[in-house]
Amino acid sequence: MTVTKTDARTAAARGAEPAAAAGPTGPARSERLTALVQQHGALAVLVLVSLVASFSFDSFATGDNIGNMATSSAFLAIVALGMTFVIITGGIDLSVGSLFALGGVLAAWGSRHGTLVALLLPLLVCGAIGVVNGLLVARSRLAPFIVTLAAMLGARGLMLALTDEGADTYLIGKGSFLAELGQGTTFGLGNPVWITLALFVAGAVVLRRTRFGQHVYAVGGNEDAAALMGAPVARTKILVYTLSGLLAGLAGALNAAWLASGVTILGNGMELEAISAVVIGGTLLTGGLGYVSGSLVGVLLLKVIQNVINQIGSLDSSYQQVVSGAFLAVVVVAQTWLGRRRQLM
Amino acid sequence: MAEATLKTVPLDRTRVLRWLQTYGVYAGVALLLVVNIVITPHFLSAENFRTQAVQVAPVIIVALGMALVIGTEGVDLSVGAVMALAASVTALYLGYGLLPALLVVAVFAAGAGLANGALVAFVGVQPIVATLALMVGGRGLALVLLPQLEDLRNPALASLGSGDVLGVPYLILIAAVLALLVAFVVRRTTFGRQLLAIGDSRPAAQLAGLPVRRVLIVVYVVCALLAAVAGVLATARLQASDPTSLGNLMELSAITAVVVGGTPLTGGRVNIAGTVAGAVLIQLLTATLIKHDLPPSWTQIAQAIVIVCAVYAARGRGKR
Repeated sequence: MTVTKTDARTAAARGAEPAAAAGPTGPARSERLTALVQQHGALAVLVLVSLVASFSFDSFATGDNIGNMATSSAFLAIVALGMTFVIITGGIDLSVGSLFALGGVLAAWGSRHGTLVALLLPLLVCGAIGVVNGLLVARSRLAPFIVTLAAMLGARGLMLALTDEGADTYLIGKGSFLAELGQGTTFGLGNPVWITLALFVAGAVVLRRTRFGQHVYAVGGNEDAAALMGAPVARTKILVYTLSGLLAGLAGALNAAWLASGVTILGNGMELEAISAVVIGGTLLTGGLGYVSGSLVGVLLLKVIQNVINQIGSLDSSYQQVVSGAFLAVVVVAQTWLGRRRQLM
Repeated sequence: MAEATLKTVPLDRTRVLRWLQTYGVYAGVALLLVVNIVITPHFLSAENFRTQAVQVAPVIIVALGMALVIGTEGVDLSVGAVMALAASVTALYLGYGLLPALLVVAVFAAGAGLANGALVAFVGVQPIVATLALMVGGRGLALVLLPQLEDLRNPALASLGSGDVLGVPYLILIAAVLALLVAFVVRRTTFGRQLLAIGDSRPAAQLAGLPVRRVLIVVYVVCALLAAVAGVLATARLQASDPTSLGNLMELSAITAVVVGGTPLTGGRVNIAGTVAGAVLIQLLTATLIKHDLPPSWTQIAQAIVIVCAVYAARGRGKR
């Protein structure tokens, strides 16, 4: 076990040792700077954008606006958490947007049979689709993007079949535990925000402090090396896709509880938002390196930019997509360059 | 490991599998045709074939470009967004006449392809990621340029969408000519050879002195241009520019057509005839399900299953 741990750490700090061994502190310092930009660049931009926004718009830094932003970020953040695990293994999950919508519809449909069914049904179905994704990727060795693209189509088809081609919208009764879970507040913040924070803490602990987490890094760093060292590559992959499916379903269920209905048109393009957030947060799309906390920052950054675009008012909401796309391109180029510098040193 | 399993599997089974991988798509098309002739009323009418062909033409055109990109061991997720971009730019510049509008569309598409190609060839980003950025941003840009559906009244554009030569619609003719052209380029030109060599092994192609970066950039530009052609033709047929939904999930349809048609995702081989047949297969499957009153939801689920089965059957072929 210790072997894998060491590998994951060296994978995370790749290149640092040769640079340090080279002697002078110059290259080591720039190496550390590179890592710092990689890990905390998004946080710096988030702080900067938030500061500028709160000076420019009176309505930005108000309690209401921040509360709204936090709640609406929560659902995307939960999806991005699962995506972080998948991307660290070097994979990608394009099915989360559809699973989010499916989870919401299943929760609303199931809420007629009690809260337990409403929560378990989306987890069960979306988790099962995640297992299928994982099996096809890990055991049959199919390309993750095509498997999950097919799952995205299949899950949306299933969701439409459940709702009479999107014509039925199931409602969640007022006053039920589920509605309280989605709409209620604790200490001034919406319950989904607390659930999200709890999930992120758990996710960070799992990724950093457990054997499974180390396997996730090892598989993404170098799959063959991980397999040679005895890490259960296939099991790890199946687990991360299952986790991603479960979290997408949970996020959909919570979102349905928040909206009090299973809205069928949600989740379109959510996979792209989630991937953008994860990448902006410093997780490498090539796998082997990533941070759960970075993904949270990435989600917040996207939502703050969206909020600012809404506040400007004259700008259409589609600018949000343009900004996300441009941002994604810039981050990916920066990552590739930073990564290349590391390899050179 | 692969060699060991190959030896133990009886020869007949390998042969059947290989035959299925190469000719399965044609067998599938033939099977669907026969089934439809038997069970679907009015299937054998010229009108029906015309409708099916016109519907499949844009998918074929996009799939041709996708086949080239996949041949280089890449993938282009931005084709749907480029179609939407082409639709909104057409609407914006149609006032100056059809030809100037088409030129501007070509400039936009070439720019999109150049961005993808540069990210892949010069920066060295993985193709999925490079084209993902444009997939997100491209549709956003299309919506910024043209926020909602706009009806287009232009006789030249209308005739492009619904005119015909001797009963064969322009759309089908254009798709057929482009397919022949792309097949010729892949099989008979230096560029085609270089493209396949890069897909087989990029380091080897680099060491052999091939202009890897130039070829990659041209491939992504061609793919974007073909997607733009499909976008303009679809807009011409609709007689309306619809950047919100035009080209949605087109990347999936195109990749499916390419993979079902026997082009491995691992690059180094391109099967153009198979790609066209793959697009036709998906179209026939969808049409069959819809004509028998299965709701679109079930069509989507069936399509998802077909994709997974096709990719599963094609697995390992590229590695040999």
